[in-house]
Amino acid sequence: MQLDSTILLIIALAPLFGATVAGLFRNQIGRAGAHWVTILGVALSCVLSMDVLYQLVWGGADTFNQNLYTWFQVGDLSTHVGFLVDRLTALMMVVVTFVSLMVHIYTIGYMADDPGYQRFFSYIALFTFSMLMLVMANNFLQLFFGWEAVGLVSYLLIGFWFKRPTAIFANLKAFLVNRVGDFGFLLGIAGVLMFFHTLDYAKVFAAANTLDGATWQILGATPWSVATVICLCLFVGAMGKSAQVPLHVWLPDSMEGPTPISALIHAATMVTAGVFMVARMSPLFVHSETALSTVLVIGATTAFFTGLIGLVVNDIKRVIAYSTLSQLGYMTAALGASAFGAGIFHLMTHAFFKALLFLGAGSVIIAMHHEQDMRYMGGLRRYMPITWITMWIGTLALTGTPGFAGFFSKDAIIEAVRDSHLGAPSTYAYWCVLLGVFVTALYSFRLLYLTFHGRERFVVEHGDHGHHGHHEPGHLEHPPHESPWVVTVPLILLAIPSIVVGAATVGSILHGDYFGASIVTGEHTSEPGEFGGWLSLMLEGFKGEPFWLAFGGFAVATYVYLFNPALADWAKKALHPLWTVLDRKYWFDPIYQAVFARGSILLGRGLWQGGDVGVIDNVLIDGTSAGVGRIAATVRWVQSGYLYTYAFAMILGLVALLGGLWYVVR
Amino acid sequence: MITLAHFIVLGAVLFCISVAGIFINRKNIIILLMAIELMLLSVNMNFVAFSRYLGDASGQVFVFFILTVAAAESAIGLAILVVLFRNRATINVGEIDELKG
Repeated sequence: MQLDSTILLIIALAPLFGATVAGLFRNQIGRAGAHWVTILGVALSCVLSMDVLYQLVWGGADTFNQNLYTWFQVGDLSTHVGFLVDRLTALMMVVVTFVSLMVHIYTIGYMADDPGYQRFFSYIALFTFSMLMLVMANNFLQLFFGWEAVGLVSYLLIGFWFKRPTAIFANLKAFLVNRVGDFGFLLGIAGVLMFFHTLDYAKVFAAANTLDGATWQILGATPWSVATVICLCLFVGAMGKSAQVPLHVWLPDSMEGPTPISALIHAATMVTAGVFMVARMSPLFVHSETALSTVLVIGATTAFFTGLIGLVVNDIKRVIAYSTLSQLGYMTAALGASAFGAGIFHLMTHAFFKALLFLGAGSVIIAMHHEQDMRYMGGLRRYMPITWITMWIGTLALTGTPGFAGFFSKDAIIEAVRDSHLGAPSTYAYWCVLLGVFVTALYSFRLLYLTFHGRERFVVEHGDHGHHGHHEPGHLEHPPHESPWVVTVPLILLAIPSIVVGAATVGSILHGDYFGASIVTGEHTSEPGEFGGWLSLMLEGFKGEPFWLAFGGFAVATYVYLFNPALADWAKKALHPLWTVLDRKYWFDPIYQAVFARGSILLGRGLWQGGDVGVIDNVLIDGTSAGVGRIAATVRWVQSGYLYTYAFAMILGLVALLGGLWYVVR
Repeated sequence: MITLAHFIVLGAVLFCISVAGIFINRKNIIILLMAIELMLLSVNMNFVAFSRYLGDASGQVFVFFILTVAAAESAIGLAILVVLFRNRATINVGEIDELKG
């Protein structure tokens, strides 16, 4: 049975239609029109995506791979717009459209008072379209189109409040850092084209075996393995998009954007595009052990060290942002360990519970009147029970509590990293991801306790204080209250998969043959152990180290932040050097600022002063005119103004002319 | 015996005198005008000589044309000279150097 290409087109284009209408006719359709047209478009996509997934998994439909439109043709290279829809794609489509739909609904509540309401809906619908093009692509160029389009929308949305200088700085930073990654990605695509002479997935993957032993001479005469070069270049792209160390610096700053997009773009979907891409390219990556080791080390480094920063940050959204970095590191580490299925599995579960955490944080931010500093929160559970409970569910899922979604995927990753055979990188990565579990639990529960438990650290001001302009941090005009239903319903709808999706799908995704031919695992992974159902896996989980590490993190956080808050301050003073390192975020930003930003400013200034002003202005332009002036000054005396000199010149000319004529005719 | 060569040499001598008169003269515009007249006369001398030598009367017809034009030209030249003197109060060639950019 074949999937219907019309259905797939509708899935991709319905959000684009919504985005166009909401964007171009925003004044005609008004605020309600804008959210209805985009929500209906995305809802249609979501329902149809679920249908596609159903048909692929239960309906016995074949993988859909078809070119629908010829984009352009140059020589013997023809590029198409086409869809490759297999189970991997269908899973991503469902995740993307479902989270996007939740975020659309949530936005009605979160952006209710914002003047850019229609623009926001237009952007996020456009994002959904771009992301669908990315995951449904059947060739590298369309993948790159989607890749850049989601980057563009991310840029637009980080700078959504474009009057804030910090937002403009953040979106510029995100854009520039992503350019670095995209440059590598483009080189990787060029490498694919050079080696395989085609950009079509199916043809490239069919010929992937020719990569073995193939070499290029890039610099000098040293042979470079083609597989390693291509995969590392592609992975640089993934590092930019999925915010891996050292290209992770843009993600925490992207929290300047409105919270719904932090949930949708910078947690659930766009940042996982890199992970998806590497999984999609798994037939290529399995041919390069070097590339896999690099992926593993970078992923594990990101997983552990960015999680540590989450311990010291006070902005509620930034804690979750560092948590996202850390979890992306987990996914990447899974890819490095050739456990591509586990990486995608974690991508899916993470999409649900991280979107939930972000939307919950947004709900808190609404209640606190856009105060994001956790030091001025506390005790909110009495005011907003739904947000409180759903945040608990999200946190339990994130920390890998047995039974919740994150448990199955994270345990699978840790196991895969433990069993990978890449030598020292494997050992290093194993310790990183294992200790990362402790860190994850610590910062997650710290966030929960600081926000919802303990003493209220904000002051509710009655009367006419604070009615004019900006008020002091921690001072509220009204007591915090639970958010409206458009905010809480998405929270509840996301909490459900955060609990059950892991248990429901772990059997088929990790231990069954869910992905089939869409992911190649290679020979580096061990066979998955005996699988006796999710329940036994869960009970097994209580015995493993990850659970006890997570429990340790939970216990420490509970003791420190619930019972003995003074201990946190004491630890901060006692471990001051360490605290400084984390608070300064390993000095990545100042170093980049000093080396790359300052360097390029200096380079620009040098080219400006030396090249533009020095050579072009002073030598070429002013120099030419000065030269003309000097020549003219010397030639000017010829034109004396006296009639007789002119006559003399005439005579001389005549003599010369006649003399020449005579000389020739003679 | 006076041959054609004598006439041509006379014409050439007259022409050279008038050329020298134009650009050696630094004083007087009237001398300039006279030099131009002399130049035309030297041309006339050649016309007449060749007309006689070739037995063709059209050369002498040209001489009449040239004389007419020369008369008109010197009349206009002198008129300009009068106006020039009225404006600048000088006819010294060395002081008239307006003809430059």
